[in-house]
Amino acid sequence: MLRARALVMVSAAVLAVALVAGCGGGGSSQPGSPTVAPGSAGTLTVSAAASLTDVFNQLEKQFEAANPGVTVKLNYGASSDLAQQIVNGAPVDVFAAANTATMDTVSKAGLVAGQPQVFVTNKLEIAVAPGNPKHVTSFADLTKPGLKLVVCAPQVPCGSAEKQIEKDTGTTLKPVSEEPDVRSVLSKVSTGDADAGLVYVTDVKSTAGKVTGIDFPQADQAINDYPIAVLKNASKPDLAAKWVELVRGPDGHQVLQAAGFGTP
Amino acid sequence: MTTWLARWSATIRSHRSLAGARGAPRTADGGDPHVVGVGLPVVLWAPAVLGFALVALPVVGLVLRADLVRLPELMTSEEALTALKLSLFTAAVSTLLTALLGGPLAAVLARSRSAAVRLARPVVLLPLVLPPVVGGLALLYTLGRTGPGGRLLELWFGVTVPFTTAAVVLAQTFVSMPFLVVSLEGALRTAGERYERVAATLGAAPATVFRRVTLPLVLPGLGSGLVLAFARSLGEFGATVAFAGSLEGTTRTLPLLVYQQREVDTDGAIALSLVLVVVAVVVVAVARPRVAEGAQ
Repeated sequence: MLRARALVMVSAAVLAVALVAGCGGGGSSQPGSPTVAPGSAGTLTVSAAASLTDVFNQLEKQFEAANPGVTVKLNYGASSDLAQQIVNGAPVDVFAAANTATMDTVSKAGLVAGQPQVFVTNKLEIAVAPGNPKHVTSFADLTKPGLKLVVCAPQVPCGSAEKQIEKDTGTTLKPVSEEPDVRSVLSKVSTGDADAGLVYVTDVKSTAGKVTGIDFPQADQAINDYPIAVLKNASKPDLAAKWVELVRGPDGHQVLQAAGFGTP
Repeated sequence: MTTWLARWSATIRSHRSLAGARGAPRTADGGDPHVVGVGLPVVLWAPAVLGFALVALPVVGLVLRADLVRLPELMTSEEALTALKLSLFTAAVSTLLTALLGGPLAAVLARSRSAAVRLARPVVLLPLVLPPVVGGLALLYTLGRTGPGGRLLELWFGVTVPFTTAAVVLAQTFVSMPFLVVSLEGALRTAGERYERVAATLGAAPATVFRRVTLPLVLPGLGSGLVLAFARSLGEFGATVAFAGSLEGTTRTLPLLVYQQREVDTDGAIALSLVLVVVAVVVVAVARPRVAEGAQ
């Protein structure tokens, strides 16, 4: 009985330790860890805005080919989510955000090494079903009665850009839904449940024809700057700097431009 | 005719305690003070405490992060109250739907011996396993504008379901129905068919047997199933956001508002989460003993 009790106590303790260690996750790779010389090999962790998914996946292959032995771990999500993760201690080497406000959250927490650099820009576009059956041609057309419009919630970057345009043009949009992120808006349009949605130019391009994009001039008034920065607690600062170099260099520029991103 | 009914009502009432005792371990509801304790093996305590901590500590963490000074103001903001009202309304309607549809479904599953019903059983429980967001997408592809069901609805009645409060109710019902079905089916199986058979041999019609014998026996199971379904509906997020979207006053329930506020207005999101915690505690503490344990 006593032995059984001891056994359970021990296993419970082990479990608790394992739990705590598990929460630490990648934190085990401390800066200057003796097992892996920094800069030569190891794992680089990059947190990036969801809209960068396709391009960063391409750049990952280039980076790993150029740096044998290095694995790039990409963590995509809403920039605001990623910023919160970093502020709450997530072990990340590089952060690339979809607007400057979310990068500011991280800078204000004192977690950015050096200055964040704007590497691309992105702007809104109206997404409609292929062939534009509802004949939407301008931002004002989005107020047409009976048109089911879906936008981003004002809390996320695409939503704040949309609010800015509403303010500039004095238009009030009546969406049927304010979605939690831009990809949700895109999917509501591509499934045909919404007639129109406001998404990024790059999102329209990424669907390869599943939705049609309609440019509107007012979008130029609400351009999102994408900043990138190496983080202060980076476990691989050398690799992190190399990643930023790749993204901002000619190879990165080519991939980003092909995806529809603008030059700052 | 009336005499056998009176006799049977009395018998069932006297057997209620028996049924209750048998049901007790399943509903995990305290012990009878008259039963001599066998004693719990001590080894269960360490994992039990760990398990409790795993559930309780995050709530403590939530409370610790809350801005207690602004809490009342944040909890009663117009946006929060709108979302709370919508949440309570949709959860109530979906619980009613669950009772009307899931109750009979549980009865059929527990009593029918047809092979088709046996095959249907895992399907009914599917929403328990499926990630809610998958359920929402499934609903969207079926009842959305381009889905087969949605097309017919638009053609025949001129209605579209997504982005409406009805979509929220459907999503919640989809996700919470299995909770009632599992609970009620278990109660029906535990109660057995002995009393029903005897009532039938005494000349009661199936409807009378159901109303006077079956229903009183499974009332505790029905009650706890409904409370579980209501609680699940109240917390529903994934299926709702995928199928119904998010718009203040129409489809943005409390969990959706929490998700939307979580990074920009952390204090607001925490306050709203605490509203959900309070509602959940009230539901479990107030409704459960009265409804779930039956009117004893």
